[in-house]
Amino acid sequence: MKATCWYGKQDVRVVNVPDPKILNQRDAIIKITSTAICGSDLHLYNGFVPTMESGDILGHEFMGEVVEVGSEVKKLRVGDRVVVAFPISCGRCFFCKNEKYSLCENSNPNAWMAEQFFGHSPAGIFGYSHLTVGFAGGQAEYARVPFADVGTVKIENGFTDEQVLFLSDIFPTGYMAAEHCNISRGDTVAIWGCGPVGQFAIRSAFLIGAERVIAIDRVPERLQMAREGGARTINYEENDVYDLLMQVTGGRGPDACMDAVGLEAHTPGPLYFYDRLKQALMLESDRPMVLREAILACRNGGTISIPGVYGGFIDKLPMGALMNKGLTIKTGQTHCQHYFKPLLQRIAKGEIDPSFVVTHRIKLEDAPHGYEMFLHKEDGCIKIVMSP
Amino acid sequence: MSQEERLANGLSIFGIGLGLAELTVPRRLAKTIGVPSEHHRIIRAMGLREIASGISILMQRTPTAGLWLRVAGDLIDLTCLGAAAMSKRADHRRIAATTAAVVGATALDFVCAQQLSRGVRTRNGTMPVTVSLMIDRSPEDLYSYWRKFSDFPSFMKHVISVKPTGERQSHWVVTGPFGATVEWDAEITEDRANELIAWRSVEGSDVDHSGQIRFEQAPGGRGTMVTVEMHYGPPGGTLGSAVSAWFGEDPNQSIKMDLRRFKQVMETGEVITTEGQSAGRSTSTSIQYDPAVRR
Repeated sequence: MKATCWYGKQDVRVVNVPDPKILNQRDAIIKITSTAICGSDLHLYNGFVPTMESGDILGHEFMGEVVEVGSEVKKLRVGDRVVVAFPISCGRCFFCKNEKYSLCENSNPNAWMAEQFFGHSPAGIFGYSHLTVGFAGGQAEYARVPFADVGTVKIENGFTDEQVLFLSDIFPTGYMAAEHCNISRGDTVAIWGCGPVGQFAIRSAFLIGAERVIAIDRVPERLQMAREGGARTINYEENDVYDLLMQVTGGRGPDACMDAVGLEAHTPGPLYFYDRLKQALMLESDRPMVLREAILACRNGGTISIPGVYGGFIDKLPMGALMNKGLTIKTGQTHCQHYFKPLLQRIAKGEIDPSFVVTHRIKLEDAPHGYEMFLHKEDGCIKIVMSP
Repeated sequence: MSQEERLANGLSIFGIGLGLAELTVPRRLAKTIGVPSEHHRIIRAMGLREIASGISILMQRTPTAGLWLRVAGDLIDLTCLGAAAMSKRADHRRIAATTAAVVGATALDFVCAQQLSRGVRTRNGTMPVTVSLMIDRSPEDLYSYWRKFSDFPSFMKHVISVKPTGERQSHWVVTGPFGATVEWDAEITEDRANELIAWRSVEGSDVDHSGQIRFEQAPGGRGTMVTVEMHYGPPGGTLGSAVSAWFGEDPNQSIKMDLRRFKQVMETGEVITTEGQSAGRSTSTSIQYDPAVRR
């Protein structure tokens, strides 16, 4: 089959690889009909995530048709149309039983390594480095899905692929990040980053009942899409974000601030070069510019929600502000499976149509071009869907 | 005090002695090691460093950081010796002898630091290992699965087979360091249903091994806390264990991964793997990360 493989920094190729096989009896094999490139794939593309191996198949947002199931698969049947959650979760451990699927204790055979980095291992993730298992990903024609009964949601006809594909990651990720904002009536939520997750976070915040959403980015097309979702926007290259946020909130600050950017943040001015230099010298692995700004802007007693991906260590976190302002931090990889049913219902009721975020549709063979276009945000690129 | 900690203290006292000599008689020392005596200031500075890292090892409850400081210092020493060897006025035969001695010290420092970092504490030639893990099954289920012994190879990386040979006896075949096979007979020394199983190798075995597993009900319906304690007398004593640890056979981690796979079997039904999956490369990399992969 054809698969999108990682061969090094900014070196992604579509090559022929052997078809996947059932390796554990709770596996299923999916024939992929749609797959997407995620913003977090760009961290791999840029070489910021350690323990990638040459030849790893990328991709953790995919859906398709079940073509084979292992003997211990109970619910799925050959022929079912399913969306696959990006975290791999056993469904039986303490965390899975509490629906904290991305913290599954049993889906990472390389847990020892994650323990050395993080103290404990999170769940395995498709196509996302050997630290989180090195499971082959879904930017391919077929994929093996471990614990298939837990990790998939069955889709009845009547939905297009693009309406439901993003249940695999970015819609639940934006939604969980909005839930983490602890929104109550009258709240203002500020969201840094208007990439695909930021876009879903904006719409989710309104679904949950936010009064106002203020979205911060610098790419005109992304700010435009944020406004279409009902947000007010700030271009951080043209305005002082803190000042403007204080102006529109009567000096109090947003009730919740969300970092939907993560470890490769940008900021105008010398601070960017300071963090870029520290990263180059390996004195920090992640650039926390957005997080610093969010902590300073957030109102006293407010909430910081972090869906943006961090991998290692950051420098100069304003801990004094965090503590003295009594802020709460909520974060984590998304417990996708927990959101499958409620979000599918919201789509069915017409409360949201996730296909709004798609700007480009390409063939799987063109994945290398897709990565380049997404990285440089060429041609107004926000979300790319590929079909094998 | 464990053997590793005693070795650390020995190294630090040796370092302080050497440091005092470097501090007080740098010129004479320069001659002994074969370096031109105008470098006495560098030698004094090295002496201060030796004393500082020595004291830090003796003062700390866990001397690990101090030992890594020593390793770093050794590397600086070796660099300086390399630079000195370039000089025409150096006594090359003496420098070579000094370098050999420093390389030896570096190896000792490194092994000791690595063992301490991994939490290996050898006592009387045996390595105690204690690992505990929460498993979401009842003590009854876990006890009865473990009591059979014969399923061990499905989740224990090193175990090739365990055959019950009597009510309380069993025969173990295990892969040892460097791929060798080790066999021994074990007997159960204590057996309390749903609580505890203890075993040890019978007298006269090649391997001195004993262990026990305890099952304690966790509060709040959170399953069972499983604790494994093992004592393992590796062939070759302390050095043998250090050498095998060096090649990735870290006993703590090894047992912890075994226990984690036991958890996978008990909670999900089998051990999850990536061996045999698709990838754009000709050889699998799974075994680099997952030591339980069998070929």
